[in-house]
Amino acid sequence: MYTTDLSGKGKAETAAAEDPAMLATFEARVAADEFIEPKDWMPEAYRKTLIRQISQHAHSEIVGMLPEGNWITRAPNLRRKAILLAKVQDEGGHGLYLYCAAETLGVSRDEMTEALLSGKAKYSTIFNYPTLTWADIGAIGWLVDGAAIMNQVPLQRTSYGPYARAMVRICKEESFHQRQGYEIMMHLAAGTEAQKRMAQDALNRWWWPSLMMFGPPDDKSPNTEQSLRWRIKRDTNDELRQKFVDITVPQAEAIGLTVPDPALKWNEERGAYDFGDVDWEEFYAVVRGEGAVAKERMQARQKAWEDGAWVREAARVHAEKKAVGNRQLAVGAR
Amino acid sequence: MVSALPPLADYAARLGDDSLVLGQRLGEWCGHAPAIEVDLSLSNVALDLIGQATHFLGLAGAIEGAGRDADKLAFHRDVMDFSNCLLVEQPNGDFAQTIARQFLFSHYQALLFEQMAQVKDERFAAIAAKALKEVNYHATLASDWVVRLGDGTDESKARMIAGLDWMWRFTDELFAMDDVDAAAIAAGAGVDKAALRADWDARVDAVLAEATLARPAARRAIVGGRVGRHSEHLGHLLSEMQFLQRAYPGASW
Ligand SMILES: [Fe+2]
Ligand SMILES: [Fe+2]
Ligand SMILES: [Fe+2]
Repeated sequence: MYTTDLSGKGKAETAAAEDPAMLATFEARVAADEFIEPKDWMPEAYRKTLIRQISQHAHSEIVGMLPEGNWITRAPNLRRKAILLAKVQDEGGHGLYLYCAAETLGVSRDEMTEALLSGKAKYSTIFNYPTLTWADIGAIGWLVDGAAIMNQVPLQRTSYGPYARAMVRICKEESFHQRQGYEIMMHLAAGTEAQKRMAQDALNRWWWPSLMMFGPPDDKSPNTEQSLRWRIKRDTNDELRQKFVDITVPQAEAIGLTVPDPALKWNEERGAYDFGDVDWEEFYAVVRGEGAVAKERMQARQKAWEDGAWVREAARVHAEKKAVGNRQLAVGAR
Repeated sequence: MVSALPPLADYAARLGDDSLVLGQRLGEWCGHAPAIEVDLSLSNVALDLIGQATHFLGLAGAIEGAGRDADKLAFHRDVMDFSNCLLVEQPNGDFAQTIARQFLFSHYQALLFEQMAQVKDERFAAIAAKALKEVNYHATLASDWVVRLGDGTDESKARMIAGLDWMWRFTDELFAMDDVDAAAIAAGAGVDKAALRADWDARVDAVLAEATLARPAARRAIVGGRVGRHSEHLGHLLSEMQFLQRAYPGASW
């Protein structure tokens, strides 16, 4: 997930060193489902965990513009081009709201950007896979935005107010993206043989990486317990993954596509699908920055940042000149 | 294979092609702009332009009456049948070059649509009236950047001058009139573009002055886009844009 803890094992934040009375009050408020606001007291570990989670989510939205942006100039018709442009633009907007939400916790956007560009901060593993055909745009909307919604709908009730409110806005758009993506797939799956093949190939390549988006299995997820207690997270990785599989498999079947998992089977007793093992070795490799197009993604972000430096500097200098001019005008008018 | 459009359809296609090609160019920036806010504003402009292209090309196809819709015209014509002006097909270059192109074009388009919103042919008038609001915003956005970059740092000023210098030779074409324009005016759909020149000069000069930039020196105009004589850049733009429709003939998307 965009928000899955990718910080690695053994770095779980703890609230051990905090004032016990303050901590108790805080935990009681969270347990009562009250929102914590920027000015409220909060444990340092809560603040740090949130900064990591929200900034990682923001970075995911921004890096996520690249694989889909890759197809804007090649969209197959004017309507699809407009929809894709608007979609990628939405993702940029999500990145902005989330950076703003993180800033309320005392970290600047420049600091967060630096952390991304230096490789210190993580972003969702899913964006380290390439978009090879137009069907990948359908698959991303359907599966990736679909998985994102699954995680983010509960986050609308997350304990940190600015994050919860950002999620409300974002979720509306993500569900729109999911439907548009599915609609692309539906169209391809009902199209020519070549289009069907393209759609099936995209599902084959995106299925497992989509399941990985929910993060490591619960028994290997170091921060889950604390995060659940603080209501930064509201469901475990495995619960969300199961829910995603249960909702998505019938959608694939409905349009005649096959989920690439021979072990996939409806379990009558559980009322859920049993499914095969995710390749966690691949997941951890991608988290380490060894994904297929990880270097391309980082290079693209670094290039945009470096090539844009003179523009940002010009805007800053111009704004300063204006401010000085306005002050002189104000003095002159006195 | 249908190629040449009847005059009024050609007139609509010129308008559509201008918006389409520039929208396509701006789409290239997506994910790569100097800041997220800039990225969002460029894709906003691109989105408006693609919308205009859809309307004007749809109208061109309807006037032609040969069963071609906007997509057919956008994705199944070659360079010699595209009739956009040369300015919009120029490469993005750096951000200043992109802004120079937008600035020069959007002020032209704003003046054009102000007039077109009042023509007798309601089809043209309606598209222009709706687009005018968008285009006024594009002109303001681009002008603000010309001022920021022109009156920013030494580097941004030098880049802004270079961007304007690249684009300037293609500006005369915006105001050139030919038989297609005359036919459109006679049909109650066209605008006398030559008559827009003085206002365009005034608007452009005012922004350049605020940006502490000199107006680029007059130079020999490069023209030909309206009759399919393009720069080398357009073929590459089309080969990318039209790839799926060309590679999978007859498929619906
Ligand atoms: Fe998003
Ligand atoms: Fe998201
Ligand atoms: Fe999305």
